[in-house]
Amino acid sequence: MIFGTHTKYRVFKDSLARRIMLGLTVFSLLLAVIVGLSLYFKSSSILHEHSLWSLLSGSSWRPFKGEFGFYPFIMGTLWVTAISIFIALPLCILTSIFLSEYAHPYIKKIVFPLIDILAGIPPVVYGVWGILVVVPFISEKLAPHFVEFSSGYSVLAGGIVLAIMIMPLIISILIEIFAAIPKELRDASLSLGATNWQTVKFVVLRKSLPGIVAAIVLAVSRAFGETIAVLMVCGNMSAVPKSVFDSGYPLPALIANNYGEMMSLPLYDSALMLAALILFVIILIFNAASRIILTRIERRFAL
Amino acid sequence: MRKFEERFFKVLMILATIIILGSLFMILVAVVKRGLPAMSWDMVTKIPSGGFYLGKEGGLLNAIVGSLYLVLGSTVLGLIIAIPVVIYINVYLPKKSFLADITRLSADVLFGIPSIVYGAFGFSLMVYFGLKTSLFGGIIAVALLITPILIRSMDEVARLVPKDLKDAALSLGATRYEIIRVVLKQISPGITTAILLSIGRAIGDAASVLFTAGYTDSIPTSLSQPVATLPLAIFFQLSSPIQEVQDRAYAAALILTLIVLALSLAARFYSSKFSKNKI
Repeated sequence: MIFGTHTKYRVFKDSLARRIMLGLTVFSLLLAVIVGLSLYFKSSSILHEHSLWSLLSGSSWRPFKGEFGFYPFIMGTLWVTAISIFIALPLCILTSIFLSEYAHPYIKKIVFPLIDILAGIPPVVYGVWGILVVVPFISEKLAPHFVEFSSGYSVLAGGIVLAIMIMPLIISILIEIFAAIPKELRDASLSLGATNWQTVKFVVLRKSLPGIVAAIVLAVSRAFGETIAVLMVCGNMSAVPKSVFDSGYPLPALIANNYGEMMSLPLYDSALMLAALILFVIILIFNAASRIILTRIERRFAL
Repeated sequence: MRKFEERFFKVLMILATIIILGSLFMILVAVVKRGLPAMSWDMVTKIPSGGFYLGKEGGLLNAIVGSLYLVLGSTVLGLIIAIPVVIYINVYLPKKSFLADITRLSADVLFGIPSIVYGAFGFSLMVYFGLKTSLFGGIIAVALLITPILIRSMDEVARLVPKDLKDAALSLGATRYEIIRVVLKQISPGITTAILLSIGRAIGDAASVLFTAGYTDSIPTSLSQPVATLPLAIFFQLSSPIQEVQDRAYAAALILTLIVLALSLAARFYSSKFSKNKI
């Protein structure tokens, strides 16, 4: 068949566009690899000097002496994350059940936009709220009952602020999971005489358990990487916190706080880039795992 | 007993919902209460004077304009990458395609990567190329941050474009390249929503611009100069010992919150408008 030049031109345009867009798609796929590799190259010089294990378990952080122990910062991150999940999870599960199983449509119409707004508030504004409200509350009202003195800038303050930051994420995922469970299952349980709550307890929650786990993993990885809000309220002392009223120094805060001087000391920048690499790898794995579980759930119930 | 359990948990659920909404309310009240007295006309029309961190005079114009530049640049750059990717996986690839699935997964995963990592990555790139903190560096870092959001939220609507519509255009002899216009027209409200969402994220993020965009008291006149942003204006000025400088931080927090609120409402408005007209 013979095409006119105009048709050839159109086909050429089509195939050119296809190649450009394929290129961009592959680029977007490679982005994660590029980020990982470049952080690895930047941090390789410290990995030549010290072993990864000695860096992770070392507890003294004296950059000017060349001592880089990440242990206090890892513990700071774990404390803050654990507190935030501990606070956020029960509240989010209850709220999501209420919104998806009990609430009247007009209540949803009011609540969903508000949760959207909560999700949109920038981290730094959460930090401002933490300084204005949470920190004074802890140092004046809460801490005196338990310890002699706390400035309020503590892992607890970080945990509370983080808890509220990760709530919209957990709620939106949980509601999606609950919505994916077929109505027939609920109807079967209700028709056997179970109450609404019994149906939730024995059918909805049980069926959505993998999804809930995936939601928690996503929330943990979000909490791991949150920087500015935590940096503003945690106190930033490089010691392992002993109680929730002690200040802590999570990894992201360490990176953010020291970028200014990191070029002035040998290996300092490399150490901070290693911290970024650790965050990146952990969060990458957590995210990929939970997203794969979530898409599986979506597909299974969609069929 | 069953009745009691039922009621007990219902009360707990309502309480949990109230606590969560109440915390939103508390945040807004705290920001408005502290920010409103600090607001003045000078705050939004003047750049600070008298030196960084200590100067009492002037306002926030540097940060407001800086944030606008940064958001504008990064959104344009993000769209240049995101729109072709979304078109490619929805128009060129078949419905069940490994490449499309893996692209969606990677956008989801990249969405979860914290902004401090993008900041550190942007910084390491800039060191490699010998660049200093600048508007350009900030735009790159923020574009990396928002591209996954753009891809993911545009893809959600592009997936819903009926196959029949594409088939109809193809059967009339259109090439796939020519269908793009049809699809783009169908998803244009979705594109608007995606842009609003990503602007909300871009304007509020501090960790990615900390290393890459720097901070300055003046308004940049070229891409290679450092630029101030609203989140960093809050972060830096809040720790100042001087009351007037702290006030600027609270005013900036109020302005930022209002911008984000407006964006969130606008996004909701557009997406609800779209869902009404869906075919």
